[in-house]
Amino acid sequence: MAVFEPEAEGIVLDAEETGGDIAGRSPWALAGRRLVRNKLALAALALFVLIVAISFAAPLYSKHVANTDPFESNISGTVTIDGKTEPVLQQGGGKLGLGETPIGPTWHSHYLLGADNQGRDVAARVLYGGRASLEIGLGSALLASFLAVVFGLVAGFFGGLTDTGISRLMDLIWAFPVYLLAISLATVLLTAPNGLNLGIFNVSASSLWIPLVIIGVIYVPYVFRPIRGQVLSLREREFVEAAIAQGASNFRLIFREILPNVASTVIVLLPLIIATTILTESALSYLSIGVQPPKASWGTIIEDGQALLYTRPTVAIAPGVMIVLTVLALNVLGDGLRDALDPRSKVRMK
Amino acid sequence: MATFAIRRALWLLVVLFAISVLVFLIFFATPGVDPARQMAGRNPSPETIKNIKHEFGLDRPLPVRYGLLMKHMFISRDLISYGSHTRVIPEVLSATPVTLSLVFGAAVIWVVFSILTGVAAAVFRGTVIDPILMILALIGISVPVFWLGEVVNLVTQSRLHNFFLFSWVPPLGYTPLTQDPLMWFEQLIFPWLTLSVLYIGFYARVLRANLIETENEDYIRTARAKGLSERRVLLRHTLRTSMITFVSLFGLDFGILVGGGALLTEVVFGLPGVGLLTYNSLTALDLPVIMTTVIYGAFFITLANALVDLLYAWLDPRVRPA
Repeated sequence: MAVFEPEAEGIVLDAEETGGDIAGRSPWALAGRRLVRNKLALAALALFVLIVAISFAAPLYSKHVANTDPFESNISGTVTIDGKTEPVLQQGGGKLGLGETPIGPTWHSHYLLGADNQGRDVAARVLYGGRASLEIGLGSALLASFLAVVFGLVAGFFGGLTDTGISRLMDLIWAFPVYLLAISLATVLLTAPNGLNLGIFNVSASSLWIPLVIIGVIYVPYVFRPIRGQVLSLREREFVEAAIAQGASNFRLIFREILPNVASTVIVLLPLIIATTILTESALSYLSIGVQPPKASWGTIIEDGQALLYTRPTVAIAPGVMIVLTVLALNVLGDGLRDALDPRSKVRMK
Repeated sequence: MATFAIRRALWLLVVLFAISVLVFLIFFATPGVDPARQMAGRNPSPETIKNIKHEFGLDRPLPVRYGLLMKHMFISRDLISYGSHTRVIPEVLSATPVTLSLVFGAAVIWVVFSILTGVAAAVFRGTVIDPILMILALIGISVPVFWLGEVVNLVTQSRLHNFFLFSWVPPLGYTPLTQDPLMWFEQLIFPWLTLSVLYIGFYARVLRANLIETENEDYIRTARAKGLSERRVLLRHTLRTSMITFVSLFGLDFGILVGGGALLTEVVFGLPGVGLLTYNSLTALDLPVIMTTVIYGAFFITLANALVDLLYAWLDPRVRPA
């Protein structure tokens, strides 16, 4: 009878696993078990899901709780708290008694985190901003991964000139500094008077698609490189040879034999890429070349809050806290997924 | 080594050419965009636009336009900012010392602290110190630098400025080293710390992983077997090999920061370096300045990358292709 030898299968056991424990289970089931045991990673996943959920519930919050339109300026409005009516923008709060200061955090349903200098509800804006940030972050990470997988499969599988061409293109994007590339693309696209005109498509300058596609394209090489490397080595493995011997088509080889084997790499990389794209989006928006008004994202709210930093710091602090929590959760989750799915990268326990 | 160096140099030329073409295409050939109108800044006069059309040969074929741009950029170096009506390239060069001051100082801090953190985490593996340090490192890489800068400003410039700990902090800005070294240091210390947080976290994680991986190598076992002290094994054997990745990453990140990556830190602390210049041109839509900082920055980073590759190949002969 064949003895199950995890080492021979390239599987490394956790300290508390024995060969008998894991015999007869699929690699995915094993990975799932490892992930479930990793309480920190699960907590991070829960936190991320929670942030996504409340951000996408932004319209509900602003309609039913805050009762305000977070994109409409409310300069002369008032708000009633504990029976006292106060103006949203208070006169003379600044130095020398000049200028206007928006109301600070009320810790009530209206203006929970105060107002920005146009009298808009910061809490509602942070939620809406989160929706934009997450849409761009998730969208561009998915776009980057999708392109990277397609290019990686094609380059690694066909090799030769195809591989050289694609790899060199990727090296070029890789060599181009991320922020400089994004800045050039964004300046030109955002200043185009009628938006970007691509024949039948007309993308308006305030469309979320512009930052999404820019950020997505920039990060393709970061996913492409590991995938191409893996495809190159998978192509030489016996199971692929066996499939070729059975007369499998290239299509079948790529999608049925090789693709499932690179899936775990993509899954491990995805949270880390999303974390990076969210940070990049916030940086570009902070520089006012990401999300454009009237839309808001965490980055643009931090920029709005910079002018109010010393008088009403919550405007800038709140979206930053959201970014830190989201990115931290994704990084912890990414670490957990890597330990669960790719134990070979982990140091062998004695 | 010579073959490798030649091949790397050729690839460098290809990359430089491709980057300049790409920047050119982005600024001059995006569909639906009129480059002359964009270059001219806000509310230009018709003469300015006509002038630009002539200067950059906008009625001539693409390759000619590319050549003219490169001529203005690198040979005659007479690009003019239509926002401030000054020559762009001297302006960029005069902003460079600020960026260099910022990046050098931050680099010293991040190298020292990331080595300490990474080594401490690896040495105290299995104790509570390791996970605590690694969580801190993870937080460090999750914080957007511009936001951290705002929080630092809030604390040191406003909320706790009268507290004895921060009362010495000067207002935001930059004083050249040659003019007043103490002021230079005092104004830069918080920008340095802020910029280095991300890198301390990242490098500490990389170093710890490398140290632990190296720990399992046979030559480490040999070193222990011949009776070397733990301290000597760590400093002379484990740490040395683990530093290879560290050093090459350092070269890349240093290049990226000098080439424009320190932009966010400069903006939030009001340091008048190349990054702030780029930012101000972004808000004023001063395209000639943006083009210049992008091309010069990208060229600098690409050169730095090539140097790092050569250094890496020299340090570690295994990476040289046969």
